[in-house]
Amino acid sequence: MKFLGFLLLVAGWGIVLTALVLLAEAAPRAAFVAAGIGVEILGLVLVIRAHLAPRGEYK
Amino acid sequence: MRPTSGSPLPDAAAAVCVLFILLVPFAGAGLALINTGLGRARSAAHLMMSSLCAISIAALVYFVCGFAWQGYAGGPAHVLAMGGKSWNWIGAQPLFLRHIGLNGSPASLVVLLGMMGSALAALIPLGSGADRWRLSATCASTALLAGLTYPIFAHWAWGGGWLAQLGENYGLGRGFVDAGGSGTIQVVGGFTALSIAWIVGPRHGKYTAEGVPTAIPGHNSSYVVLGCLLTMAGWWGLNSAGAVLFTGAAPGEAVLVAINTLLCASASALMAAVITGVRFGKPDVSLTANGWIGGLAASSAACIFARPPEAAAIGMVAGALTTLSVEWFELRMRVDDPGGAVSAHAMAGIWGLLATGLIARVPPAGLNATGEAPGQWLAQVVGVATLVGFVLPLTYGVNWLLNRFFPQRVAPEGERQGMDLHELGAGAYPDFMTHGDEFSPH
Repeated sequence: MKFLGFLLLVAGWGIVLTALVLLAEAAPRAAFVAAGIGVEILGLVLVIRAHLAPRGEYK
Repeated sequence: MRPTSGSPLPDAAAAVCVLFILLVPFAGAGLALINTGLGRARSAAHLMMSSLCAISIAALVYFVCGFAWQGYAGGPAHVLAMGGKSWNWIGAQPLFLRHIGLNGSPASLVVLLGMMGSALAALIPLGSGADRWRLSATCASTALLAGLTYPIFAHWAWGGGWLAQLGENYGLGRGFVDAGGSGTIQVVGGFTALSIAWIVGPRHGKYTAEGVPTAIPGHNSSYVVLGCLLTMAGWWGLNSAGAVLFTGAAPGEAVLVAINTLLCASASALMAAVITGVRFGKPDVSLTANGWIGGLAASSAACIFARPPEAAAIGMVAGALTTLSVEWFELRMRVDDPGGAVSAHAMAGIWGLLATGLIARVPPAGLNATGEAPGQWLAQVVGVATLVGFVLPLTYGVNWLLNRFFPQRVAPEGERQGMDLHELGAGAYPDFMTHGDEFSPH
């Protein structure tokens, strides 16, 4: 899950870069940048959950 | 490759800029005191020693290869062509600062500020790794930060890289702007702090078996508050020098920068004091200190672009954000961050970057005929997306790899004994050694 989370973080950033390169108009570009950030947030959630140790494992 | 270092600034401007940069070590001293005060007494000498070593390693590594990859605007760089635009990816300076005239040229001032900035960024993770991060691992991690993570993003934001080019390439305002380093120093350091906290895990006794956090208060709140006062001077220098070198501000505009920085930090600290006072009945010193640092971190990006009321507003939001996120990281994410580094530097820094795009004034050079700077907010959002989508995975990845071959966490015996005795052989306070035992069963 941790690996997938980091993969999504990088993928989201890739979407943001792609939006800049491929889209010239402001509205679609902003929408794709927002989509990229959405993917990054999903990745962050996965990374955070991967670092939460199950209850009972703390000492 | 051009063996030049830019045209020298007028002597007076260069001298003023050098003075600004020479104030930055106060920020380092302040952060070291804050981290130490918020840690345990039995790790105090270790934290101060780690701070000294981190500054030293960062300066040396930045000298060897950091600046070569950071470069400066207009200097040699590796460029890729994508979509018909040139994307400036990484600096191509020679190693060891060769061909840089260290004579007051803009490039030489960027070297000096970059060296201080990398050292400052290296101090931030010490707050989150306090009481269990080995000294040798700290040095190795610092080398990776100063030699890889920091220079790459610094090139993109400050060295004429693709983030700075977003304005000319894609019409996004002036491109990504970060005058004093909210992203380049604070978020890069804060994300490294988060990575370290995840990799080394919480201190023994911090969480019960059910995952409920227990309070491990800092050992010296006087250090913490003194550290806050010292950081003020350091941030004045940092923000003023950054504004002059990276946004083209005149040295006299440092007055506006200093006022904005102070207002932002003050509003942030007071907001933190009010929030903790309302929630807990009395204001909390450590959270108020975190609020102060959060305000400073947030102030850096917009320090030259904002009007004073806007700077105070940025600070108020930063104070609330820092205070609430400290609690969120500890309770919900179970991240043990004794110094509050992730909240005060990463979260507040991100807010400062976004606020620059949302409410701050962009100087005349970036204005179109209607007085607006279209797309500035999108440039800032792209910068934040780059920090989250590139810098966080990079800094986590290199520290995770380091941890595989060179464990970063001290042995359980060392943590029980205290980092001072275990790693240094002597404590910070040999005349009195009292500590509670957090290792007793809960």
